[in-house]
Amino acid sequence: MLSPSGAEAVEEPTKEAAPQPGRGNGAPRAGLRHLSLVGVLLALVAVGALTKPQQFLTPDNLQLILTQSSVIGVVTVGVTFVIIGGGIDLSVGAIVALASVWATTVATQEFGLGGMLLCALSVGLGCGLVNGVLIAYGPMVPFIATLAMLASARGLALLISDGKTQVVTVDSVLDLGVSDSYVLGVPPLVLVFAAVALLGWLVLGRTTFGRRTVAVGGNAEASRLAGIAVRRQRLLLYLLSGLCCGIAAFMLIVLTGSGQNTNGNLYELDAIAAAIIGGTLLSGGRGTITGSVLGVLVFTTITNLFALNNLQTDVQQIAKGAIIVAAVLVQKGRKTP
Amino acid sequence: MHENPNPSSGSRTSRRNVLFGTAAAGAALLTGCTSNKSNDDKDAAGQANVADDRPGKKVTIGFAGPQADHGWLNAINEQAKERAKKYQDVTLEATEGSNDNAQQVGQIETLINKKVDVLVILPADGKALTQVGLKAMRAGIPVVNLDRVFASQQAYRCWIGGDNYGMGLNAGRYIGEKLKDKKNAKVVELAGIDNLELTRERTEGFDDALKNYPNIKKVARQAAEFTVESGQSKMAQLLRAEPKFDALWNHDDDQGVGAERAIEQAGRDDFLMVGGAGSRRVMDSIKADDSVIKATVLYPPTMAASAIDLARALGQGKGIGGLAEFEIPASLTLYSAVVTKENVDEYLPTGFK
Repeated sequence: MLSPSGAEAVEEPTKEAAPQPGRGNGAPRAGLRHLSLVGVLLALVAVGALTKPQQFLTPDNLQLILTQSSVIGVVTVGVTFVIIGGGIDLSVGAIVALASVWATTVATQEFGLGGMLLCALSVGLGCGLVNGVLIAYGPMVPFIATLAMLASARGLALLISDGKTQVVTVDSVLDLGVSDSYVLGVPPLVLVFAAVALLGWLVLGRTTFGRRTVAVGGNAEASRLAGIAVRRQRLLLYLLSGLCCGIAAFMLIVLTGSGQNTNGNLYELDAIAAAIIGGTLLSGGRGTITGSVLGVLVFTTITNLFALNNLQTDVQQIAKGAIIVAAVLVQKGRKTP
Repeated sequence: MHENPNPSSGSRTSRRNVLFGTAAAGAALLTGCTSNKSNDDKDAAGQANVADDRPGKKVTIGFAGPQADHGWLNAINEQAKERAKKYQDVTLEATEGSNDNAQQVGQIETLINKKVDVLVILPADGKALTQVGLKAMRAGIPVVNLDRVFASQQAYRCWIGGDNYGMGLNAGRYIGEKLKDKKNAKVVELAGIDNLELTRERTEGFDDALKNYPNIKKVARQAAEFTVESGQSKMAQLLRAEPKFDALWNHDDDQGVGAERAIEQAGRDDFLMVGGAGSRRVMDSIKADDSVIKATVLYPPTMAASAIDLARALGQGKGIGGLAEFEIPASLTLYSAVVTKENVDEYLPTGFK
């Protein structure tokens, strides 16, 4: 275990590598970044309130935005850890697909809610383990290893499902997705997302594991010299990401009442985009869970706004691109001197 | 996914002449002529030998199908294989399904090199695979083009597929008739993948049908991606966007699994829903009449079985029964029937899982 001072020492080279020096300065700057994201979010809410006053600011719609953020949100938390640790995970969408298909094939459904959940989690962890071993102990760079996982997990999902949609018949699973199960008006899926985000925030900011993640992502060699088991750290990060995918897969099963090999389509890009918008550095060494959560919320709110205003797909895509650029520009404007 | 042929190809006759001028259909034509001569006495109408279930000349059919990552596409592959098994005289050489144009071109070229007698191709992208269709035809292998149409009529001997415009039209008519007495009726559309031509065609047909009912207004349309997940997500938002409407048309029964889940989650049952394509699940719930879904507009995967029939007839130089023609037609567009509680029993066996 590293003492707090040891962690500080390890982080020194990190700060050199990152464009922003100093943790002391970094914290308020991260705060500023979050503030600008909150600003973007508020602007979107204002647009929603102006264009669709009857529908946008209703509890029902806000519930929907949170629910629709929850699945991709959990995936993004895992991806954020991997990116901060200096890696990338392109396989998250495919792992979600594979886990959801595996957990819903007829044999597994016989074991009920517990069996399906266990299955989804173990498939996620299993894929994460393969990714992690290949990257940490094998000769592969993260991009290639997870790209290979993307291809093979999707293929396996297609093979197992035989191209068919597996409709869930287990009532205890289905019930989790309907309004009867809400806790004080909050859907269970949103609670899971909140719990994962809170845990992620605590782990990243308050534990040795979190500090090591930042250190390894900022400067792996310095971290190694400082006595951090870099390989093991990397392995754990991909395991974490896989676990998040397993959780997300189960959430998706609850949400859609089915498992399908097309599940999790383009999650890898959405999750990476949300993390980057949230201020995570693609080269590693810097990032926050709060930022990622805000990034996800911005995306979902945009999608919701578009649907409420009945925009066509082409307009939606162009506008989404423009808003991504705008959101990043706002942040750049804040942080460059 | 599946496309309609462009009905506006003006020079159909001249193109067909060109086609027949090439070596492509030459074999089929010759056999057709000879068999016609020998069968003058067989049919009162002087018709050519027609295809039936009785074993005939051995035919090897090459089948290049889609990657089955969707219920309907999976049903296409199954239908083709099942039908081929039914005939003792048919050998099916099926390639691995693919969504990738380049890969499918390679697969079809392999089938050409194997010198199969007839090819049945459902191209990943009709336009992109036109060249390989032409190549097969030039090599003397007649091509049955399934669903997504090649850009040139020279690239296939016969096209069979569904009617996307008709699907929209019939969905619109059904909804129109149901709502014709309702003042200021509102309709919502959950479309398929917007960058596919077929989605636009379905919407166009739907809009044209609704024009006949001035009391009905389409208030919202969102495109999903033919997946359960997108169906759930887009439908959940449509339900928030339109707190009150009378009918919903969903282009695809597979994404309908998600759409129906969203409807259930929102606790809504104040409208009628019409599906698309004709899955077994939807037909079962139409029959049970226990949800908002009251009808589905067919886009039958049985077209793949019919394509095998046509390919066999082509390989054996036969026509099809019930028509006065000597040859199988150049194109066959299936009808997008509306399946309701009244006729669902008739269609249940065709519902795909």
